[in-house]
Amino acid sequence: MTFTAGNYTGKLTVTELPEGGIWTEPGSSLMRKTGDWKTLQPVWDGQKCISCLTCWAYCPDSCFKTEKVLNEKTGKEDVKNRGIDLDHCKGCGICAAVCPPKVAAITMEKAR
Amino acid sequence: MTATTIIKQLTVAKTGNEAMADAMRQVNPDVVAAYPITPATEIAQIFSSFVADGMVTTDMVTVESEHSAMSATIGAAAAGARAMTATASQGLMLMAEMLPIAAALRLPIVMPEVNRAISGPINIHCDHSDTMFCRDAGWLQIFSENAQEAYDNVLQAVKIAEDPRVHLPALVTTDGFIISHGMETIKILPDDEAKSFVGEYKPNYSLLNHEKPITVGSIDLQNYYFEHRIPMIEAMKTAKDIIKQVGREYGEKYGRFYDLIEQYKIDDAEVALICLGSTAGTAKDVVDALRTKGQKVGLIKIRVFRPFPVEDLAAALRNLRAAAVFDRSDSLSGYGGPVFTEVCSALFNSENKPKIVNYIYGLGGRDIDIHTIEAVYDRLNKLKDAQDTGEIVSYLGVRK
Amino acid sequence: MAETIEIRWHGRGGQGAKTAALLVADAAIATGKLAQAFPEYGPERMGAPVKAFNRISDQEIRIHCSVEHPSIVLVLDETLVDSVNILEGVPANGTIIINTEKSADEYRQQLGFQGSLYTVNASGIALKNIGMNKPNTPMLGALVKATGILDYQKMLEDTTHKLEKKFKNKPEVIEGNVKAIQDAYEEVNK
Repeated sequence: MTFTAGNYTGKLTVTELPEGGIWTEPGSSLMRKTGDWKTLQPVWDGQKCISCLTCWAYCPDSCFKTEKVLNEKTGKEDVKNRGIDLDHCKGCGICAAVCPPKVAAITMEKAR
Repeated sequence: MTATTIIKQLTVAKTGNEAMADAMRQVNPDVVAAYPITPATEIAQIFSSFVADGMVTTDMVTVESEHSAMSATIGAAAAGARAMTATASQGLMLMAEMLPIAAALRLPIVMPEVNRAISGPINIHCDHSDTMFCRDAGWLQIFSENAQEAYDNVLQAVKIAEDPRVHLPALVTTDGFIISHGMETIKILPDDEAKSFVGEYKPNYSLLNHEKPITVGSIDLQNYYFEHRIPMIEAMKTAKDIIKQVGREYGEKYGRFYDLIEQYKIDDAEVALICLGSTAGTAKDVVDALRTKGQKVGLIKIRVFRPFPVEDLAAALRNLRAAAVFDRSDSLSGYGGPVFTEVCSALFNSENKPKIVNYIYGLGGRDIDIHTIEAVYDRLNKLKDAQDTGEIVSYLGVRK
Repeated sequence: MAETIEIRWHGRGGQGAKTAALLVADAAIATGKLAQAFPEYGPERMGAPVKAFNRISDQEIRIHCSVEHPSIVLVLDETLVDSVNILEGVPANGTIIINTEKSADEYRQQLGFQGSLYTVNASGIALKNIGMNKPNTPMLGALVKATGILDYQKMLEDTTHKLEKKFKNKPEVIEGNVKAIQDAYEEVNK
C-alpha cells in the first residue's frame, strides 16, 4: 500500500510509511473530523451576515465556506460567506467574538 | 588492484581543519550555516574564504548560535539542498536539541566536528566527551586518526550519508588541536575526481516544491512514533555495509582503504589496545617497537563509533587474551567510558573473548605519550596469564 | 621506527613561532620529506611564551604526542632564555639557535650547553629587510644553514611560493622575507 492521505488508516506498518516521518500528500486534515470536539457551536445567520469575512480570516481551522458571486452593479466577483464546516469546527468561538457587534451574525450555542 | 591504477593525487601540507575545509570545497555543498567555536572555527572560516573567492557556489549563512546553525542546516537539507556545518564541544552541546531531528527527518547532513572537552571546567583541548555526549543522536560518527583521514572521511561521509539506503546525518571528527591545528603531509584528490566520487545528491523530498506540497516535522504520537523510529534503526544497521563498501571503493580508486575498524598487527596478537582517533597513530609506533622485542601486541582502531561495529569487534577480539579499551572521555556512570562499556557488550555473547580493562586518558587535552602506552601493554602482557583481572577501570596520568 | 627529527620553537605570541613551524613543514614536504607542525596546543596570546613543534622524517609520521626530546631548538625571543627552560629534554649533542645580537660563546657559557649553539640577529635582519620585528622567516635560513635538514634552494623556492600566495598584493613583503632568509643563512654563527 502506498501512503496517501486517503488511506491513512492509522494502521500503516514500518515499510508503508514515507521516510523521515513526512506527509507526502496534502489534505490529511480533511480526513480528521474534529467537529465532535466542541461543547459550544457557532450558529451562523446568513440573513444578518454582510460577508466581511473577518471570521474567515480568524478561523484557526479554516472552517468558513465561501463562494464567488457576480455583482451586477460593479460587474466584478464578490466573495460571499456561505457558513461553517461543522465537521471540522472545534467550537473555539473566535468567529463569534470577531463578528462586528452591529452585525452579530454568529452566536455560540450549546453543541448538539 | 595494482598501484598503477590508483589515481594520482597532490601531496600537500595541511592542518586537520584545512584538510576538512578543502574536502568541503570539493564537495561544494549548496548551503553551509555555521557559527565559530574553538578549535573548529577555522573550518568554516577557511570555507567562507572559498565562498568569497567564488571557488564554491555555496550559500554561506552566518547565524547567531550553533542551535541556529543546525536549525538552518536542517531547514536547507529539508528543502532538498546538500547542507553542511561544522562545530565542536559546547557548540555541539547547543546543537544537541536539533541533532536527533536531523536524523529523524533522514537528512544526510555532514558535519566536521573537532573533538574538544565539554565544560566544566572550561577547557578548549581535545577529548571525546562532546562527541560521546551525542552518541545516541542518530548521527553516524566517524573518527579520524590524522589530517589525511579527516579529509578522506569527509568525502566518504557525504557519499555514505546520501546513500538512499542510509539517509542519516554524519559527524566526522578530528582530535582538537592535535589534528585540527597540526600540519601534516596529506594527499588530496583532483577536484573533479572528488566531485565524481561524492556524486550528485538526489534528495528524497523538497520542502520548497510547491507542485507537491509536503509536511515535515509533524507531531507523531503513540500510534506512529515507534513505526517512524524503526527505519532509523534499520538505516543505522544498513550503514555498516555501506560504510565498508564506500571505504573499499575509496581504497581501490585512491589507495587508502577504510573499514569500520582498523586492525593493526592483530592476526597473531595476544594482547591489544582499542582506541579512537589520533592516539591510534602513537600506539602503532609503540606496537612496532614492542614487536621488535618479540611481544605479540596489536591495536584495534575504532574508526566508526556509530553505527557501533559489534560484529567486527567481536571477530577481531576473538583470539586475543587481554585487551585494554582506551576512552578519551568518562561516561560518569561510575563504570568507565562509553567505548569500554560498548566493547564489553559487543563481546558479552561471544564464546571467545579476552579479559578487558578500561583506561580513561587524555581528558582536557592531557598528553598521551609513548611510555604511558608501553606501560599499558606491559600490564596486558601480565594480565593475559593472570588469574585476577585487578582494577577494571583505571585513569592514566592523573595526580592522585 | 624511522629516524624522525624533532624541532621545538620558543617564541612569544605574535612573533610567528607557529607560522615558522608551518613554513618548515611546508618546505620539508616540498623537498619530498614527510613532516608535522603543531603549536603547543592552545589559544596564543600576544606576548605570552608559546611553543611550536616540528617532526620531519623520510617515512610516515604516525605519532601524535607532544615532542619531549627535540634535537633542535630555536628561540625567537632571547628574553625567554631567562624565563623558560629552553634546554628541557634536549640531548647533549642537540642544536640550539638563538635570535640575539650576542655571540654564541656568551650563550654557551650562560647555558653551559655542550652541543651546537648558534646565534643570529634575526630581529635585526627582519627590521632591515621587512621593516618589522618578525624574526621567524630569517630563523628558517639560520635553521637550514646550521642543521642542513632541508635543501636550501628548495626551501627558498617553497617559502617564496607560499609568501606569494599570502601576500599577493605586497611584493615588497615577499622580497624582504626572502632577503631576510638569505641574510640569516649567511650570518648565523657558531
